[in-house]
Amino acid sequence: MLSAEGLTHAFGSPPVRALDGISFRLESGRTLAVFGPNGAGKTTLLKVLAGLIRPQAGHAHVQGGRRAIGWIGHQSHLYSHLTVRENLLFWASLYGVPEPQRGARADDLMQRLGLGDRATQPVAALSRGLVQRAAIARALVHEPGVLLLDEPFTGLDLAAAGEFRRLIAELARGGRAVVLATHNVDEGVELATEIAFLHRGRFVEVAPRGARGPAEIAAAYRRAVAGG
Amino acid sequence: MTLAQRGRRVTLVGLALLAGVYVRALVYTPVELHQGPAQKIFYVHVPAAWSAMLAMGLVGLTSILYLLVKDPRYDRFAAASAEVGTAFSLVMLTTGPIWAKPIWGTWWTWDARLTLTLFLFFIFLGYLLLRGAVGEAGLRARYSAVLGICGLVLLPFIHLSVYLFRTLHPQPIVLKPSAPSLPGSMLATLLLSFGVFTVLYLGFVMQRYAIGDGGGGGGDAGSA
Amino acid sequence: MAELLRHAWAIARKDLLLEFRTRTAILSAAVFTALVLVVFNFGRDPTAVPTLTIAPSILWVTFSFAGMVALNRAFQLELENQALDGLLLAPMSRYSLYLGKLAANLVFVAAVETIGLFLFALFFDVPIWRVLEPLVGVIALATVGFIAVGTLFSAMVIRTRFAELMLPVLLLPFLIPPLVWAVQATGALLAARPLSEVTGSLKLLAAYDIVFVALATFLFPATVEQ
Repeated sequence: MLSAEGLTHAFGSPPVRALDGISFRLESGRTLAVFGPNGAGKTTLLKVLAGLIRPQAGHAHVQGGRRAIGWIGHQSHLYSHLTVRENLLFWASLYGVPEPQRGARADDLMQRLGLGDRATQPVAALSRGLVQRAAIARALVHEPGVLLLDEPFTGLDLAAAGEFRRLIAELARGGRAVVLATHNVDEGVELATEIAFLHRGRFVEVAPRGARGPAEIAAAYRRAVAGG
Repeated sequence: MTLAQRGRRVTLVGLALLAGVYVRALVYTPVELHQGPAQKIFYVHVPAAWSAMLAMGLVGLTSILYLLVKDPRYDRFAAASAEVGTAFSLVMLTTGPIWAKPIWGTWWTWDARLTLTLFLFFIFLGYLLLRGAVGEAGLRARYSAVLGICGLVLLPFIHLSVYLFRTLHPQPIVLKPSAPSLPGSMLATLLLSFGVFTVLYLGFVMQRYAIGDGGGGGGDAGSA
Repeated sequence: MAELLRHAWAIARKDLLLEFRTRTAILSAAVFTALVLVVFNFGRDPTAVPTLTIAPSILWVTFSFAGMVALNRAFQLELENQALDGLLLAPMSRYSLYLGKLAANLVFVAAVETIGLFLFALFFDVPIWRVLEPLVGVIALATVGFIAVGTLFSAMVIRTRFAELMLPVLLLPFLIPPLVWAVQATGALLAARPLSEVTGSLKLLAAYDIVFVALATFLFPATVEQ
C-alpha cells in the first residue's frame, strides 16, 4: 500500500513546480498508470514516492518504507563487468536480505525470468531484452511490496515489451502495489487498474479504469493534456 | 534605492576614504626608519589580506548556512564574496612582491604567510572554476558549499604546514600578545585602512550580490 | 553502526571486485607510477644533487600523481547504467556509500603505492628496508587524509564539465599539508634520524586525517542528494 498527500515540489530559481498538490492512495494488488507528457513531473513523482527527493510540501507513505520499494527505470542500475548473479547478490546485500538466502533468491529469480543459463555471464554480454530482465530481477531480489516503474518500456522491442507487461501483471496479481509512469498510453493501459493523467505537476484526472477501453482512455488523455 | 545603487554608494565612500587614508599615510604619517617609503604600500597590502580572509571566512560561513537551510540567497552571497575575495587576494599578491623586492631583495619567497595567501587565492580560483563548471543551479550551490567549507578548514592546516619553515615575514604587529609594536600614528593609519577595506569589501559584495545569478554558464532549469 | 559498516563493506567489496574484473585501472595506474619515477630519473642532474636529498620529493610527487589518477575512477564506474541512482534508492545511509568508496579507493591506492615504493627503492637505490615499518606508517597516514578529500571531490566532479581537469585543480591545495609533513618525515627516516624526530609530523598527519575524514563524511550526502 502507498499513499501521497499534497505532494508539492519545485526546482530551480525562479522555482518551476514539478509537482503541485498530488494526492492519491493505492492498495496492494492494484496498478496505477500515470500518463503524462515529458516534463509533466512523472520522474519527480516517483522519486518523491521512493524517498529520493524530499518534497517541499506534503508527504508520501510507503508501507514497509524504503526497503519495500522495487524500482525499474529505463536504466538497469547493473554493473556491466559483473555477472548477473554477482549483481543480484550485491543488491540483495544492500537491501538486507540475509546472507544464507541471497543465493537461492538470485537463482530462483533468474530461473523465473529465463536467465538461468546466463547467471555467470557479465551483464555487458547480454542483449537489451535480457538486460531488462536482469534489471527486473534486480528490482525484485528483496521481494518488494511496492513497484515503481519509470518509463520501463524505453528501448524494448515489441516482443520484449509484451513479455515485460505480462510479468508486471503477474507481479501485481501477487499482491504488490504498482505505479507505472509513462508518456505512452498504449504501453501501459492494459496493466492499469487505476489511471491518472499528470500535466504540469497536477493530476488532471485520477479514477479507476473501470470498463474503459484503450481508445477511450487515449482520447481522454489527449483532452486532459491539451486542456490542462 | 536598489541594492546595486546602495552598493555603489558604499564603494564610492570606501574609495574616498581610501584616498583619505593615503593622504594621511603619505603626508602625516612618519616614514619608517629602516624600510623608507616602500613601507607605505603596507597600508594597502595588510588590509587587502584582511579583506581576503574576511571574504573566505564568510564564504565558509554562508556555505554552512546554505547546506543547513538551502536558502539560495546564502549561495549567492558566498559566490559574491568569493569573487571579491579573489580580487583582494590579487591585490595582496601584487603589492607583496612590489614591497618585497626592495626590502627582502627578492620578488617571491616561500615564506609562511605568503604561501598561505597564495593558497587562499588558489582556493578562491578553484571555487569559481567549480561554479563555472556546473550547469544546474541547485547542484552548483551544493557543490560550491561543500568546497567552500573544505577550503576554510584547509587554511589553518596550510598555515601549520608552512609555519614550520623559517619565515621571513614581518611578525604580526597589531594582534599579538604584547602591546602593538608600531608608533602610534602608523598604527592609527593602519587601523583606519582596515576599516576602509572592510567598507570596500561590503560595497563590492553588495554590487556583486545585486547583479549575481550565482555565476556559472548554464541555465537555472531544474531537472524534472 | 553495524549496519553502516556492513553496507560500506558491501560497497567496497563490489568496487574491488569490479576493479579485479577489469584490471585496466589498476594496471594503468601502476604503469603511470613507474613512468613518473622514470621521468624523475631523467629529469634531474645526478652529479649536482645527491639522490638521497631529493628522494622524499620524488616519492611524494609520484604518489600524489598516482592518487589523482586513482580517484577519477571511483564514481566514474557508478555512472554506467546509472548505478549511482540505484545506490541512492537502496535503504542505506549516504555515509555508508562514502565510507565504502573511501575504503575501496584506499585499497586501490595502497596497491599502487606498494608497487611505486618497490620501484622507487629499486630505481634510486634508496635504503628503505631498515626503515620500512615507520615509512609505511607515514605513507598510510599521509594517504588517508588526501584520499578522503579526493573521494568527496570525485563525487562532485563527475557531474561537471572537464572533470579530469577539475579534480586536480580542486584537490591539489588539499595535498599540500600532508605532502609537506610526509616529505619531512620521509627525509628524516631515510637519513636515519631518530624516530622521535618524525613524531611531530606523524601527529600533524593524524590530525589532518581525523579532521578531513570526519568533514568529508558529513559533507558527502550534500553531493549526492537530489
